[in-house]
Amino acid sequence: MRLVDASGRTAVRRLAVVTAGLSEPSSTRLLADLLAEASVQALVSTGSTDGNVEVELEMIELRPLAHALTDHLLTGFATGDLARAIDAVTSADAVIAVTPVFSASYSGLFKTFFDVLEQDALAGTPVLVGATAGTARHSLVLEHALRPLFSYLHAVVVPTGVFAASEDWGTGGADGALRRRVERAAGELAALVSASPRREHLDQFDRDIATMGSFEDLLGS
Amino acid sequence: MEFGIFTVGDVTTDPTTGHTVTEHERIKNTVAIAKKAEEVGLDVVAVGQHHNPPFVASSPTTTMAYIGAQTERIKLSTSTTLITTTDPVRIAEDYATLQHLLDGRMDLMLGRGNTGPVYPWFGKDIRDGIPLAIENYALLRRLWREENVDWEGKYRTPLQGFTSTPRPLDGQPPFVWHGSIRSPEIAEQAAYYGDGFFSNHIFWPASHTARMVEFYRQRFEHYGHGKAEDAIVGLGGQVYMARTSQDAVREFRPYFDNAPVYGHGPSLEEFTEQTPLTVGTPQQVVERTLSFREYAGDYQRQLFLVDHAGLPLTTVLNQLDLLGEVVADLRKELGEEAAA
Repeated sequence: MRLVDASGRTAVRRLAVVTAGLSEPSSTRLLADLLAEASVQALVSTGSTDGNVEVELEMIELRPLAHALTDHLLTGFATGDLARAIDAVTSADAVIAVTPVFSASYSGLFKTFFDVLEQDALAGTPVLVGATAGTARHSLVLEHALRPLFSYLHAVVVPTGVFAASEDWGTGGADGALRRRVERAAGELAALVSASPRREHLDQFDRDIATMGSFEDLLGS
Repeated sequence: MEFGIFTVGDVTTDPTTGHTVTEHERIKNTVAIAKKAEEVGLDVVAVGQHHNPPFVASSPTTTMAYIGAQTERIKLSTSTTLITTTDPVRIAEDYATLQHLLDGRMDLMLGRGNTGPVYPWFGKDIRDGIPLAIENYALLRRLWREENVDWEGKYRTPLQGFTSTPRPLDGQPPFVWHGSIRSPEIAEQAAYYGDGFFSNHIFWPASHTARMVEFYRQRFEHYGHGKAEDAIVGLGGQVYMARTSQDAVREFRPYFDNAPVYGHGPSLEEFTEQTPLTVGTPQQVVERTLSFREYAGDYQRQLFLVDHAGLPLTTVLNQLDLLGEVVADLRKELGEEAAA
């Protein structure tokens, strides 16, 4: 999606969406799509006031990466599509992370993806959290499970998290209350992105070298 | 270019028979494997140092001395000597003694060890791994190069007027490699001193090894030890061979599927594609090994892992016969004579 003004300046913003739904179709994916669409719109309209914004959207379904994630736990490295997904998320300007609620928390598959990221890989990254479940009784999962997880990872979690229960997909859902929550969260995400400087994408090896100092420093420490 | 084998000295149940060797058998097997390595024309055999089950290799210099007494030519080394939890004074003494006993037919590879609980058993903390490796090695170098050492540091009691004995053979300290899987600090350390850098290489994608080796080469040149391409690089490798690649895969698969490091994860085929593991004919191992130079440059030492995951002694000895053929071919390809 591209918006070009008279100056022709265009900033590329990379948005990565991680969705851990397991069924097909999945309500988790539905929520992820709503959040992604609203966030792209919000990023583009934020951009129209301070230059042009082009949003590159990367949708990452974890289900097809489930085997590769288990392999990563056992071997310590990522390959193929998982390596590309990790790269997309860790180099993104903003991340949307959506999980189904399993046993009163995020699903194991969802957690595994964030477990295998390198330390500090999401530090400073704006993250919008979302969750789905059969009933609204689980809605505080956003606050007691997802928000602490991303705080631990030093991400910047947007104030509004979006929870969708089965009833939200019916009358008064997608066009009503749920839609309003989605738009508010997307607006907050876009504001955080436009306020945060573009970060250089470093992996663990780069960061280790950057923080290592000279060998004399190491000898003297 | 030197070719050899390295072992971690694991006691692992053979998944095809359920048989587990005793510690006594494993230690004696390590000696038999080393003697066989010399017989088939390899240059180096390196033994590990571990202080926790299922490993038996807690005393590398004892094993090296015993192997050295029963061999003529093969060089003894370590994979690795724990620079973090071993007192550098004991490393200085033990390896200098070994150097005399073996008439210099040895060197050593320093490593940190990545098993958290081992550190406190020796009064240390794994979170100090890098500073321990740096301080201890700085002291080790002085002990081998200076007499009457006055020293004070963070991690051991001070020394006043200490002379480590015996002095290194002909006043020449043993050659040191620094081994690391993922810490650039260790590559930096190797480069700073102009020592060798050994990348474990196995169990991880080659792209990772390529970055570490390139970083070490640049820093080696930066510190004025010579050109980047002349830096002293060693690589690990892991192979299983048979006369046909189908036989190799069929024979090795149960060991692969149950191996302590990577078992129950990716398939053998995936892991072969993703890491330097090569399961196939001797010719396939020759070709794969030659391909390492494409990303690591010309390097000085290639060590293969052939004796882990519960492989029985007879199989390992058979692997060494095949590895002898591989190394002869590699030397031919590289236009080198077998080390005298």
